Amino acid sequence: MDDKNTILCRCEDLTRETILACIESGCHTIDEIKRMTRAGMGPCQGRTCRMLIAQELASYYHVPLEDVLMPTFRPPTKPVPMGILADAFSEEEGGDSE
Amino acid sequence: MKKGYDVIIIGGGIVGCATAFELAKRGITDVLLVEKGYLTSGATGRCGAGIRQQWGSELNARIAMESTHLFENLEEYTGYNHSCGLHQGGYLLVAYTEKEWAQFQENLEVQHRLGIDSRAVDLKEAREIVPCLNTEGMFGATFCAKDGHADPFHCTQAYAQGARRMGVEFLTYTEVTGLQVKSGHIAAVETTNGTFEAKTVINCANVRAPELAKMVGEDIPVTSERHQALVTEPVAPLMDCMVMSFHRSYYVQQTPHGSFVMGIGPKEEPSFNFHSSWQFLEKNCAVICEALPVLRKLNVVRQWAGQYDLSPDRNPIIDEAKEAAGFYSVCGFSGHGFMVAPRIAILMANHLAGQDDTMDIRMFSKERYQTGKLLLEPAVV
Repeated sequence: MDDKNTILCRCEDLTRETILACIESGCHTIDEIKRMTRAGMGPCQGRTCRMLIAQELASYYHVPLEDVLMPTFRPPTKPVPMGILADAFSEEEGGDSE
Repeated sequence: MKKGYDVIIIGGGIVGCATAFELAKRGITDVLLVEKGYLTSGATGRCGAGIRQQWGSELNARIAMESTHLFENLEEYTGYNHSCGLHQGGYLLVAYTEKEWAQFQENLEVQHRLGIDSRAVDLKEAREIVPCLNTEGMFGATFCAKDGHADPFHCTQAYAQGARRMGVEFLTYTEVTGLQVKSGHIAAVETTNGTFEAKTVINCANVRAPELAKMVGEDIPVTSERHQALVTEPVAPLMDCMVMSFHRSYYVQQTPHGSFVMGIGPKEEPSFNFHSSWQFLEKNCAVICEALPVLRKLNVVRQWAGQYDLSPDRNPIIDEAKEAAGFYSVCGFSGHGFMVAPRIAILMANHLAGQDDTMDIRMFSKERYQTGKLLLEPAVV
């Protein structure tokens, strides 16, 4: 993993160098890197890059991997077409609140 | 870390960071910004990121217009070496009722008095602006080409990095746990990382602002309301502008990245609920797909929730605490804080630096809820 051009986030085409630059500029968490670079915001929602970025953070800050804060896992689990969701809506169920 | 600061700002959203920047620009650089999470971890990072000048009250139209001018050059203004993602593709505000359509005509007059380049468009022209728009049930629309949206993360970073360069210090992952008042004046801020003396404290904590104000005996009439949004996979450009309806309470835009960001207004009880719901997912898609049927094919990749800091008249409250002089609350933006933050930060910084401002900060005082001088706005979601 020494190659700076290794892609860490495939969906957003982000290299290890980009992620390291973010960490060196002061990012402490996956969440911060996500918001600066879009890492983990693509179709896979971080399934590939989340742990790779966590590893980089752990090695930079010399902390165990499990101490790296995980970002919120947001639904849907898999991408779902809007049309399917739209057809599932019914007025009776409300939909305004839980 | 130092023992004390001239000014401590609580809250690392765009309001707090822009205020830090504007203070530093005026020579007030002995400033500490305290943030519970990371910068933009609250409302700023969850917002729809729209920038709109098509307001119905002169005050809001003016604040939004002047803020837009700042967004237009934010990178240069703050010395930021990344794009802030401003895209001025316009806002198409659509009217679904005759009453709404009549209100839009009045709003246009207000906007035109300020020189905002907005106009009424008929349904044919609306379809020219957004070819995939289903205009069924619409009366007409208004359009302002200079409205748009920007990247809330990078806009906030731009302000924060500019402020940092001028000497402002930032303390993230640090929660404010108490406030000390001495002889009627704010004296210190207690945090999870130590206590810091302060001559002035600015409370920019959005929905958490009331509980902080309460620590110095101040009641701020702001409640929190959950709003949700979602984003789709990126696709080739389909539309350039934001489409928004007050009546059906939706907004939808395609970001420069290609994804669509959208949301609908809820009818919910006040809460601090930051969880997203499947009910929103279905209803949002039903409402948006009716207006833009072509989006039916797009995959939703992520949904999230945030909070509006609602004030009684849906406009910001800027007030100094009665029993703790030097403690200011700047909150109650009611869902449009991002787009007005640049101008509000200038207003606040001018006030603290003793500089003149063409706007009277006193009209934002919460006293207006007693005197009845409300800041009413007809064009709010």
